[in-house]
Amino acid sequence: MTEFVLAAAIGVLSAAGTWLLLRPRTFQVIMGLSLLSYAVNLFIFSMGRLRSGTPPITAKGAERPELYADPTPQALVLTAIVISFALTALFLVVLLASRGATGSDHVDGREPAE
Amino acid sequence: MSLWDHHLILLPILLPMVMASAMLLFDERRRRLKSIISLTAMAAILLVALALLHESMTGAADGGDTARVYRLGGWNAPFGIVLVADRLSAMMVALTSVLGAGVLAFALARWDRAGPRFHALFLFLIMGVNGAFLTGDLFNLFVFFEIMLAASYGLALHGSGEARIRAGLTYIAINLTASLLFLIGVSLLYGVTGTLNMAEFALKVRTIAPDDRGLLHVGAAILGTAFLIKCAAWPLGFWLAPTYTAASAPSAAAFAILSKVGVYVVLRLSLLAFGDDAGASAHFGQSWLLVMGLATLAFGTLGLIASRDLSRAGAYAVMVSSGTILAVAGVGDKAVLGGALFYLIGSTLACGAMFLLAEVLQRGVDSGAQRERAVFDDEYRDPFDDDERNEPGLVIPAAVAALGGAFLICTLMIAGLPPLSGFIGKLAMLDALARSLAPASIAVIVGLSLSSLGGLIGLTRLGVGALWARDEDAPELVVGAAELAGMGGLLAACVLLALFGGAGLGFAEHTAEWLGRPDAYIRAVLGATP
Repeated sequence: MTEFVLAAAIGVLSAAGTWLLLRPRTFQVIMGLSLLSYAVNLFIFSMGRLRSGTPPITAKGAERPELYADPTPQALVLTAIVISFALTALFLVVLLASRGATGSDHVDGREPAE
Repeated sequence: MSLWDHHLILLPILLPMVMASAMLLFDERRRRLKSIISLTAMAAILLVALALLHESMTGAADGGDTARVYRLGGWNAPFGIVLVADRLSAMMVALTSVLGAGVLAFALARWDRAGPRFHALFLFLIMGVNGAFLTGDLFNLFVFFEIMLAASYGLALHGSGEARIRAGLTYIAINLTASLLFLIGVSLLYGVTGTLNMAEFALKVRTIAPDDRGLLHVGAAILGTAFLIKCAAWPLGFWLAPTYTAASAPSAAAFAILSKVGVYVVLRLSLLAFGDDAGASAHFGQSWLLVMGLATLAFGTLGLIASRDLSRAGAYAVMVSSGTILAVAGVGDKAVLGGALFYLIGSTLACGAMFLLAEVLQRGVDSGAQRERAVFDDEYRDPFDDDERNEPGLVIPAAVAALGGAFLICTLMIAGLPPLSGFIGKLAMLDALARSLAPASIAVIVGLSLSSLGGLIGLTRLGVGALWARDEDAPELVVGAAELAGMGGLLAACVLLALFGGAGLGFAEHTAEWLGRPDAYIRAVLGATP
């Protein structure tokens, strides 16, 4: 059941993210990128296999891998979250600059001809 | 010495990082100090790269090739992160520092004043690029990729202006998406093989369960897509030309190395993990590389012919160069790869010089970029519209002769004509390809020849327009001493490559051979247990 919920969540997030990414307004693009990065973060997490109630750090004298969750994907997710957060913020600044410079929030910098 | 010698491999990453961070403490008026710091850093990195290169060629017990491995924090290879300097990595780091030094010298004339924190961004870019070349860990590669990209976003917008912001928006969106693909690919590979270390990954690929192999290939393909976007392989590279054309000249010239980072990773991973020993995964994706490389070559050549200004032609020359190496990687012949590696060095330097030259030749000619008025005039104005900033320092007389000569060298290098090193590289590739005469080789021979012809036609036409048949109302050509030094340095490196062509080509062929035998690399990283 957990697997299904997680897979569905990743699927819905990435589908919505991809759709938004292909939309013509810059704000939609940035929302799409955010949703996609959530989907990717969940995906990385799931690559460490799904275990509940298991700590990621071994205790001395009890080094049995089956008792513990894989800590590597958790570390990777943490890094990925930080990086994607920073770059989304940077993208937001460029988005505002583009709005200021072109007077349009279209990704091409100008409104399409009617 | 021997105590510190061990840490040498850290310098190409740490030095730019420390220097760039220190630079943030000084304000923008301390230009001279910042210039000296960044030039010193580039020179030091070049020396370190040469030392690493020397060791990678002679460091083994029998005096042969080896890879220097640095275990960060002292953790052993599959668990900790390693930095690895072998022939290819050290060569790429040296190439980065030569290109970086030339571009920096050019920027000192006036471009570093066009916006804030140019030097810091530039050094962070160099740090990311060097890190990507030196790391032996897939996730660490992602981190260095992001450092490099974050700095490149700043540099793409350097100088501001509507055209740059518009192009930058696309560039950032594409690269963020590519980074997400990178993450999906890396985590899939981790999920299947349970390792992020490139050497251990290569070993695991050989013995993976047949049921998992499909998933492994999916992961590798997604990861490859992310790098092919960075290489601007057709049809993933439409972002490159607008971005590089709109970017300021020094940024575009420095970006010439960014697409080579994509090329490097594709070469490294495909030869390491999907070489002859990879069992059912051997040569995975190779036919895709061939087809996409040829398509990129064709698209870049057509774009070059169709370009109406020089910086756009330079952007397409970058694509031609990526396409050539990808197509050769798709052929999968070591002798051909040797020629391609030699070609990579020369073409990267020539593409960088082309962007710098284009800016000098097109200076003052209205390209239409500034035609629309900016909304916030004070914020997004042309940084060079006041006379004081527009003065490029000491002006060299006979600028036309110097620029004409520089343009000639660039054209010969990009089109691959004798007597320069572009020709030597192309000849080596064609010679090795002609030996096998498989359908793939013939396709690449045709592609390479036509791209030379197209490059020659396109660049000659643009050169005639820019140097001989200038518009009457176009301003007179001026070039600053620093600008000429920067361009001249890059072109002199091209000429040196031709003068020492035999040694250079020998080195490149040896490197291709080393890459074809990944066991030595794997043994160096993982220690005695192969």
